[in-house]
Amino acid sequence: MNNLQLDKQHQQYVKKLKREKYEIVTWQIFILLAFLSLWELAGRLTWIDPLLFSYPTKIASLFLTKLYDGSLLLHTSVTLLETVAGFMIGTVLGTAFAAVLWWSRKASKISDPYLVVLNSMPKVALGPIIIVALGPGYLSIITMGASISIIITTLVIYHAFHTVEPNYIKVIRSFGGNKKQIFREVILPASFPAIISTLKVNVGLSWVGVIVGEFLVSKQGLGYMIIYGFQVFNFTLVLLSLFMIAIFSSIMYLGVEWLERKLIKH
Amino acid sequence: MSFLQLNAISHVYLTESAAKEALSDLSFSIAEGEFVSLLGPSGCGKSTLLSIISGLLQPTEGTVSLQNKMIQSPGERMGYMLQQDYLFPWKTIEDNCYIGLKLLNKLTPEKKEITLALLDSMGLSDVRHAYPDQLSGGMRQRVALVRTLATDPDLLLLDEPFSALDYQTKLKLEDLVFQTLKAHQKTAILVTHDIGEAIAMSDRIILLSPRPGKIAKIFQVPSQLQTLLPFEARNDPVFPENFQMIWKELDSLEQSPT
Ligand SMILES: Nc1ncnc2c1ncn2[C@@H]1O[C@H](COP(=O)(O)OP(=O)(O)O)[C@@H](O)[C@H]1O
Ligand SMILES: [Mg+2]
Repeated sequence: MNNLQLDKQHQQYVKKLKREKYEIVTWQIFILLAFLSLWELAGRLTWIDPLLFSYPTKIASLFLTKLYDGSLLLHTSVTLLETVAGFMIGTVLGTAFAAVLWWSRKASKISDPYLVVLNSMPKVALGPIIIVALGPGYLSIITMGASISIIITTLVIYHAFHTVEPNYIKVIRSFGGNKKQIFREVILPASFPAIISTLKVNVGLSWVGVIVGEFLVSKQGLGYMIIYGFQVFNFTLVLLSLFMIAIFSSIMYLGVEWLERKLIKH
Repeated sequence: MSFLQLNAISHVYLTESAAKEALSDLSFSIAEGEFVSLLGPSGCGKSTLLSIISGLLQPTEGTVSLQNKMIQSPGERMGYMLQQDYLFPWKTIEDNCYIGLKLLNKLTPEKKEITLALLDSMGLSDVRHAYPDQLSGGMRQRVALVRTLATDPDLLLLDEPFSALDYQTKLKLEDLVFQTLKAHQKTAILVTHDIGEAIAMSDRIILLSPRPGKIAKIFQVPSQLQTLLPFEARNDPVFPENFQMIWKELDSLEQSPT
């Protein structure tokens, strides 16, 4: 086959890929628009109870009102800060604990049953105790956001540290490398993929911890907006909060994916 | 006084289920610049012996000394090459070659230059910024050789470095390693289970018998083969008779009841 023919085939193939992608995006937009219009229609024609389920334009107008009076910005930024803090603390501490366990086999053996129990425990159940201990404020909520991810992070990353190809370690040791060098040159970089995938899980987990924390503390934040909307039967407010959560948790997830592309090239 | 001296090395592996004697009372010595092969069936303790010589593993009994100094831990005097390259996939080829120098805190501009020259001499200068997953198996093993030589070790320990390669690549790499080691006047121990490779590459062959590993026999490779490149040695008229002799010896070891 000559070059011209190959070129042509390649062009056709690229075209086909593009067409496929275009088709998928079209479907996605169509589904979204269909859903929103149907919802709007059903709400306005009272096929569904608009008091319970609201409808998109009503949510949008509430969004604008809340945006202008500044309260949306306040609640959203409070929740976002708490979530990011909880996420970072949970991930960093979890990774640090994993490093300690990797460093000392004895520590890992001794802590094993405790980790199993703590991991199987639903962390949000600790909420009331955390609030009593740390006071009803940011600190408790961030702690809840962090506590929900810390144990699972420790377990998953420790497992990743532990299963690094032993021959990589042998290479470092054969040059007289010490334990610290083994950790820095092999264990940590080899575990980046595992660390990134726990980050992805932790994004979701820290949102859970923070929202539940705000339910309990009930002062500020999107979780508070949900609970408040529920209590005064304003479901438009609840849906607006959910919408904000969906937007910002997606942005955080995209941030982790960006980090993944930066960290893991090969 | 010999360059490397092993005195009554024994090693027992302790596991929960058993104590397994891997090596029993091994002694031999190697002269400077010599190329010695350790040949034996798989499981006879070759890798164990190499780990002990390198200082990675402490023998249950016995001592290893290099130039009259006891070996107790690995370091810059030894270069260890494994069966597979185990290049770090997250580092570039260049950085993979620097790792030994970096660990020894000796990553100076001069050393870097020497390492790059070595990389160049193996035909790898084009790929110095590439990552290992972009290279073929033969190229990767050549990079591993550069990584091992970069710290300028006195003794090279090669643990079946060609066994994961296809035949043609293996023959080419044998020649390259042979030439490189001779050019740098290195002393080397090659572990292999390939009789042809042992004859083609080495000056002396130490045949190990299994369960527990001990020296069964030592062969001196005819001097006319010692100086030839491995590929040429394989085609030399005296090669087949040497092969036959060692093959029979190895065969009798594997068949002897234990
Ligand atoms: N870490 C270990 N723990 C227990 N037994 C081992 C270990 N490493 C090797 N052995 C045993 O010691 C013997 C020699 O192994 P090895 O030195 O790897 O042989 P070779 O390299 O000649 O194939 C084998 O029977 C093997 O099962
Ligand atoms: Mg082996």
